[in-house]
Amino acid sequence: MKKGIDLRLRRKILQVLDCSRRGHVPSSFSIVEILKVLYGEVLRYRPGEPAWEDRDRFILSKGHGCLALYVLLAEKGFFPEEELARFCRPGGILGGHPEYGKVPGVEFSTGSLGHGLSFGVGTALAARMDGKDYRTFVLMGDGECQEGSVWEAAMCAGKHRLAGLTAMVDYNKRQAYGPVREVQDLEPLARKWESFNWEVVSADGHDEAAIRETFRRLPLSPEKPSLIIFNTVKGRGIAALENDPSWHHKSGIKDDAMKALCDALGEDE
Amino acid sequence: MRKTCLNCVYELAKKDPRVVFIGSDIGAGTLDAFKREFPDRFFMEGVGEANIIGLAAGLALNGKIVYINTLASFITRRCFEQVLLDLALHRARVRLIGSGGGLVYGPLGPTHNPTEDIAIMRAVPGMTIAAPADAEEMKRLMPQTLEVGGPVYIRLGKGGDPVVTSPEHGFRLGEPVLARPGRDALLVSTGIMLGPTLRAAEELGAEGVGCGVLHVHTVKPLDAAALLRAAEGVPVIATVEEHSVTGGLGGAVAEALMEAGPGRVKRFRRLGLPDAFPDGYGSQAQLLERYGLTAGAIAENIREMRR
Repeated sequence: MKKGIDLRLRRKILQVLDCSRRGHVPSSFSIVEILKVLYGEVLRYRPGEPAWEDRDRFILSKGHGCLALYVLLAEKGFFPEEELARFCRPGGILGGHPEYGKVPGVEFSTGSLGHGLSFGVGTALAARMDGKDYRTFVLMGDGECQEGSVWEAAMCAGKHRLAGLTAMVDYNKRQAYGPVREVQDLEPLARKWESFNWEVVSADGHDEAAIRETFRRLPLSPEKPSLIIFNTVKGRGIAALENDPSWHHKSGIKDDAMKALCDALGEDE
Repeated sequence: MRKTCLNCVYELAKKDPRVVFIGSDIGAGTLDAFKREFPDRFFMEGVGEANIIGLAAGLALNGKIVYINTLASFITRRCFEQVLLDLALHRARVRLIGSGGGLVYGPLGPTHNPTEDIAIMRAVPGMTIAAPADAEEMKRLMPQTLEVGGPVYIRLGKGGDPVVTSPEHGFRLGEPVLARPGRDALLVSTGIMLGPTLRAAEELGAEGVGCGVLHVHTVKPLDAAALLRAAEGVPVIATVEEHSVTGGLGGAVAEALMEAGPGRVKRFRRLGLPDAFPDGYGSQAQLLERYGLTAGAIAENIREMRR
């Protein structure tokens, strides 16, 4: 079951969680491989110069998945690894949602859903106006796609034929209350985006080779923005997180629960 | 005032390549010259204010200075969270030009009459709020909006508002204008209320009452020091605004006066619109009259307060 997923990064996420005993762990486990491939092989950036004007822009619109982002930004050198130990603590820069201006490498403060795509549209338009070749990536949650503002932005990006913009949906099919299809069904999701003039592709969001291959195909169309539906499993790697919606956001995690999570994740194969 | 304001945006765009304009679905032909000369910096993005604000933030954080125009009701109410988070939290250089603040669209009813726009914007950290009195003051204001470090809300009057400001008073964003001195009473106004307020003060002056007028074109940040200087030793103070008495200029002035020490002012009133939706239709002038925002009614308030 755990073959192929990155246990090391997940273990690190649990270590960060352990520092504050609160966080959105399943939403972060859902996007580990996507962010790993993005920061490992796709995005153009300079960790020591986060405002480098030719950098690719990545916007974590589902800001509650920030544990995964923080771990990767630290590993890539945007800030010292020791900072991770101050997650959600006084004096730290890493909050329960990522903040622009506080965390090097964070392009936009997110946490309230439905904001990132419009910001990404503006960012991609600025690149076009300035004749820059940087690319803009926006990662949204599936529950987030219930926000009307997402579809305003989708319409706008389609109109402007923003081939420099790639949006991704972390389609783990679960939101805080329960299954997305029961709370507010998104289907047919791919057809919705296509009808807004996006080029759409789906991929397994935990299979690094599939993720890599999908990014390699970008832009999916020279005339349209690209939308990748990453099929994922919320909490992937720990059965309790995958199956129990009450883990969506937890605080006050006790020692035994913390240990149970670490044990359940297991060691590298 | 709107035409002058947008023309100023065009003039700024000619001088500064960072200037971008976004409209929602505003009147046909608006800023045609801008669109013709700078097509890559002119956007008309349709009826979707939330997206427009986020889009503007993306442009602003990548070096642009963005001017947005749509109705004041939609730019303050509909997309409040985008204004708060996308703009203010990021100190984005986005200028919100709100057409028809107050009762300008009186005939169109409560959906189109933002009588609480200033209150909404005052609650946004780092927001600058400007409400010029006339087109001439708008011309003095607009160049100063270019370099402001965060978002700016610009409240537009109806258009064709009588010119009541004087160039000799100068204009500095953030600094109120003492439009008329006087120590028996002080009227503090904002936006187009400067006109009737000045006439009220003249009326009172003819009766021997020295009534000062402080024009607060920048409601936020409020220059409390200038307010206290104008209010020093003045027993009767009233604020005048085409806005709900809740949370607008009156609230801001009351807070500043009270914090400076209760007892400084013997009598204080907020003249404005009641904390209620407009209950009828009519032109802006008719509604202002109905709510007592005319020179005569303002002067009468001061007479009552002095009794």
